[in-house]
Amino acid sequence: MATVTMARALNSALREALRADDDVLVFGEDVGPLGGVFRITDGLTREFGQERCFDTPLAEAGIVGVAVGLCMGGFRPVVEMQFDAFGYPAFEQIASHVAKTRNRTRGRLSLPMVIRVPFGGGIGGVEHHSDSSEAYYAHTPGLKVVTPATVEDAYWLLRDAVDDPDPVVFMEPKRLYWSRGEVSTARGSVEPLGRAVVRRAGRDVTVVAYGPAVPVALEAAREAARGGVELEVVDLRSLVPFDDATVVASVRRTGRCVVVQEAQGFAGVGAEVAARVQERCFHSLAAPVLRVAGFDVPYPPPAVERAHLPSVRRILGAVSRLQFDDEPDLTHGVAGVVS
Amino acid sequence: MSFQALRQTVDRLLPSSDPVRYVAEDGTPLPVPDDGGIPADAVLLDAFRRMVVGRRFDAQATVLTRQGRLAVYPSSRGQEACQIGAVLALREEDWLFPTYRDSMALFARGLDPLELLTLLRGEWHCGYDPMAWRTAPQCTPLATQAPHAVGLAEALRRRGRGGVVLVLVGDGGTSEGDFHEALNFAGVLGAPVVFLVQNNRYAISVPLERQSAAPALAFRGVGCGVPSEQVDGNDLVATLAVVSAAVERARAGRGPSLVEAHTYRVEPHTNADDAARYRDEEEVARWRAADPVVRLERYLRHRGLLTDREVEDARQEAERVAEALRAGLSGPLAGDPLELFSHVFAEPTPQLVEQRAWLAAELAAWDGDGGAGGDSDGVEEEGRSGWRR
Repeated sequence: MATVTMARALNSALREALRADDDVLVFGEDVGPLGGVFRITDGLTREFGQERCFDTPLAEAGIVGVAVGLCMGGFRPVVEMQFDAFGYPAFEQIASHVAKTRNRTRGRLSLPMVIRVPFGGGIGGVEHHSDSSEAYYAHTPGLKVVTPATVEDAYWLLRDAVDDPDPVVFMEPKRLYWSRGEVSTARGSVEPLGRAVVRRAGRDVTVVAYGPAVPVALEAAREAARGGVELEVVDLRSLVPFDDATVVASVRRTGRCVVVQEAQGFAGVGAEVAARVQERCFHSLAAPVLRVAGFDVPYPPPAVERAHLPSVRRILGAVSRLQFDDEPDLTHGVAGVVS
Repeated sequence: MSFQALRQTVDRLLPSSDPVRYVAEDGTPLPVPDDGGIPADAVLLDAFRRMVVGRRFDAQATVLTRQGRLAVYPSSRGQEACQIGAVLALREEDWLFPTYRDSMALFARGLDPLELLTLLRGEWHCGYDPMAWRTAPQCTPLATQAPHAVGLAEALRRRGRGGVVLVLVGDGGTSEGDFHEALNFAGVLGAPVVFLVQNNRYAISVPLERQSAAPALAFRGVGCGVPSEQVDGNDLVATLAVVSAAVERARAGRGPSLVEAHTYRVEPHTNADDAARYRDEEEVARWRAADPVVRLERYLRHRGLLTDREVEDARQEAERVAEALRAGLSGPLAGDPLELFSHVFAEPTPQLVEQRAWLAAELAAWDGDGGAGGDSDGVEEEGRSGWRR
């Protein structure tokens, strides 16, 4: 068990995937000798050669489109969109082909590729380097969309994504790249892609978060506990498939729910979570489901990005509005929760 | 690189200043360079037969669309030399990446006509097995199939078991970013892929001169280091020779090529289009006179290779194909609403399982009331077929 950064864990996952299967290829912009602008592919070209990990022309649609063809030829490409907002030129390829090909061909042609997208802000990046683009992908049927919040998940979810028979958009929270944690090369109890996990148990409020918002939610939970309020933090891990069962079970235990996301709020993943919770947990809820999200503004410049990002204070503010004078009805239990 | 070496490289990449042509419009043979690679007599006779049959297939599909048997049909009438030339240049182990306008080529490649028309009939999206036919799904978003073709060519190169890829693009498609990105990737990777641009002069209504200021679309290759050629796309002999040369070049490990075939879309964009709004009948008539099938017939007769007997045989085969198409498309549309959930992922998500159950219950309720009451709005058809109304 070693303590490493998330960046190093992702690097190890790619290395192990390349070792495990000769058909895995890693390519994109600057991922070769440089090792990627975030060094996620550091050393891979040296170890596996230019044939397995290589730089491409600077053309995101081309990168994803070529990956489609390589899948048709039996390879398992892992491509990098250097930054969230630089992935947009590839969106037509992703939405019209990557997401639809299995369906178009009635399952005869599958595209087992991973599209890695470093995403989100909080790193002092100038414009076009801090977007939260996950909702575009999550809204597109046929894509799995995953985002790790822990170092261990970064490793195992990326391994799962490479092994998945379907295309996975793997959203890497940039500001967690340098977070540290333990990761074991023995899987242990790490849940598979598709499951949410309860990161911290608590009886009073369910806080649903994913990716870069998870550490903020956990910090809020520690803060709330000092005031005697126990937050249960659910880390979604996988936006698609969505783990209704874990979320619903938690809300039926607590009777209150706050959804946290860094992305702008309107029509975002958090809105979907809130809708699903109220559809399934209405009679358990003592208060409306609240969202804590980025504002509906283009991502701000570094000088003011802290005002935009969901904070501990903002999460605790939402928690305080959850009508604690009302008693939730927690008799509905979790039996029969399918999804 | 010295100026002289640069000049030599550019010359190697540039297309001929005039489209390659081996047969005059009236069918007279034209002088052919020693390395011109005129196809063998038997291949040309086979091409003629396929063009006659392909045109009939295309015409029948157009008629069936007017009768409501297909949802839409983009005709490739007038492009027979390109469609058949492309297919005949390929071997079985090679791959074809077609667009929505290339149904004739798919038919010529041997695909089952009903399977290949699944898309245009509207029963599903791609009705054939791309892996079995080494034929990618017909692509509707313009030029987006071009990078796929490059990727597959790169995969074939890596596997080292042979095979090349031919991707079809239209004149409008060459304006798309994906076309340029694909050409550029192909050049950098040295992938065994041939880009065949069927320049039929119209992107729905937009004429070629609004599409590009390049001297010819074939000149787009030089900027990507991809050798290019242009050919009279209504001259089957030249088209097949030039495309075959490009395919064999790729097969020999000498990298990608771009071929522009000058042709003309004789029919409107689709049955839903009104071409009279953007081009005059004189222009269409001029191109009808440059008919590629007639040209090849005259050429083959001129060379004494074709007799009335072969022509009649081809026509009879064409009629049999048309008849089979009419019969095959005479029934009602087939489709199971529950299949909607079957191919989204390898394993359906819990949400898809749930939604499938909802729809199944809805359909069962429909069956239960016989389509006569409830929310059936008086639709008389029963059961699952009723949902379509």
